Amino acid sequence: MTRYLLKRLGLAVVTLWLLSVIVFFAGQVVPGDPGRAILGNLADPRAVRALDHQLGVDRPLLTQYWSWITGLLHGNMGESYQYRSAVEPYVQAALVNSVKLAALAFVIVVPLGILGGVLAALRYGRATDRVISVVGLSAATVPEFVSGIVVIIIFAVSLKWLPVSASAGTGASALTQLDHLILPAIPLVFILFGYIARMARAGTIEALDSDYTRTATLKGLKPSVVIRRHVLRNALLPTITVIATQTGYLIGGLVVVETLFNYQGIGNLIYKAAQAKDFPMLEAGVLTIGVVYMVATLIADALSTALNPRLRLGTGG
Amino acid sequence: MTDIVVAPAAGVAVARPDQTGELTPWRLLLRRPTFLAGAVILLFWLACAIFGSLIAPHNPLAQQLLLTNQAPSGAHWFGTDQLGRDVLSRVIVGARSILLIAFAATVLSTVLGTALGLVMGYLGGVVDIVAGRLVEAALALPVVIVAFLFIVAVGPSPLTIIVVIGLVFTLLIARTVRSTVLVESQLDYLAAARLLGEKSVSIMFSEVLPNVVPAILVEFTVRLGYAIFTVATLSFLGFGVQPPTPDWGADIAHNYVTLGAGYWWMTLFPALAIASLVIAINLFTDSIEQVLAS
Repeated sequence: MTRYLLKRLGLAVVTLWLLSVIVFFAGQVVPGDPGRAILGNLADPRAVRALDHQLGVDRPLLTQYWSWITGLLHGNMGESYQYRSAVEPYVQAALVNSVKLAALAFVIVVPLGILGGVLAALRYGRATDRVISVVGLSAATVPEFVSGIVVIIIFAVSLKWLPVSASAGTGASALTQLDHLILPAIPLVFILFGYIARMARAGTIEALDSDYTRTATLKGLKPSVVIRRHVLRNALLPTITVIATQTGYLIGGLVVVETLFNYQGIGNLIYKAAQAKDFPMLEAGVLTIGVVYMVATLIADALSTALNPRLRLGTGG
Repeated sequence: MTDIVVAPAAGVAVARPDQTGELTPWRLLLRRPTFLAGAVILLFWLACAIFGSLIAPHNPLAQQLLLTNQAPSGAHWFGTDQLGRDVLSRVIVGARSILLIAFAATVLSTVLGTALGLVMGYLGGVVDIVAGRLVEAALALPVVIVAFLFIVAVGPSPLTIIVVIGLVFTLLIARTVRSTVLVESQLDYLAAARLLGEKSVSIMFSEVLPNVVPAILVEFTVRLGYAIFTVATLSFLGFGVQPPTPDWGADIAHNYVTLGAGYWWMTLFPALAIASLVIAINLFTDSIEQVLAS
């Protein structure tokens, strides 16, 4: 098991390095130079050249990549073109905001999705099953900004129950922040519900069909005990994995939701950096997302290995 | 495998005993209400995409500066936007850009993905390992972020969106086709073809390809749904069709700031249009998958 995880870790590092190359060079194909972009079209060409030199963007590409990547390894992510200061504080603050929003979405969706999936499996083939499956599938296919618009119109514009903007302002209490984050979390919940419910449903159906469940029932255990002790434990294993792998999707969803609700998270940071052609900020943001995704996938792998005796003992797969 | 037809699952629709005739997959599909609902909505939006300006009651580009921000009424069923344009007409004509871009991207990715998947799955070895690692690295990022990198590099346009979605989906389709090919290549007919001395390329296209076509068709419809999702999202972020061309995502992006003032109709109707289209495609796809699986 340790060997397997070490191998996965090695592959993750290689993938991250490839990602750093892709991200860095994508920023270099752009016509025009950063100095011009910062100073504007009317600036003196000499000033532009001086700024380019100061930013170091007039050096050969490989030299630039080398100094960028060695800087990264020392914890120095570069200087933002927009704000003319180090990017770390911005990335860090944005990441904290995004984690708050994502955590709220998970807290809502995980119990809901598991409940829906298990319920569908227990009513397998009946109307309840079909309704949960079709609703889950449909909710997962509607883009976040579309469901976001609909919930804004219902809960903020007509009912006036919740605020439209996600930002509670500085120094707001945790409860006020929560109030502002409920609406943005709903679109993420819609998308994730279908995936989690589907995995929980499939896992439960398989567990219900298994020999150990039949044995437990024949032994005379009450159905509720069978379900709690034997079915759920086995059914939730693949669900845990899918929850961790959905982190990748979640980040893409955050870009849209944070833009719609004007929330200062990592998705919004990347979006604004892309629009302003602020490459150090864009590169730092994208790479941060890559790291978060890799870590989440590794945790998912480790968890499913640790929880599954067949994998843990190295007899299966 | 596809010709064998099993009676419909219990509880869905019970076949009458006098109907001894074989149920074709097509007739099984027509019995599913979710398939019919999906197909009707899809046909409606296709008609709007093709005949848009003929059906629309007003010119979707005509601005009436004295009639801006009008709530829905008899003259303008869906109201007017910030420039006094008829929202209903913009929703009808807006079906064209999203369907066209999503369809082009899906066709591109299906063709390229099938070719790449065939090569990876059939040749195997080093080709498979190297291509597999590159696929994993590229898929480590959400599509939206990949799109950002592309769009920053080459600028926003419908063509950029087609290329971005086309390339990302190529990798996903290649992965599916590859695993289907791996299953196929265990079968005897391929060993026989190899023993007969046929060339790899000819085996790939004349023996393997026809047998993975059903899997590719299902993949195509699934990807089309995701493509519409992604096109709408990128348009909303301002990376696709540029104003004043009617486009659901772009129209929502331009009008959602007015929600604070209570002008809900400019964004709600395009949003419902997108929702109905993606849900219809998925009901359609889900029915096909379930019928093929039964």
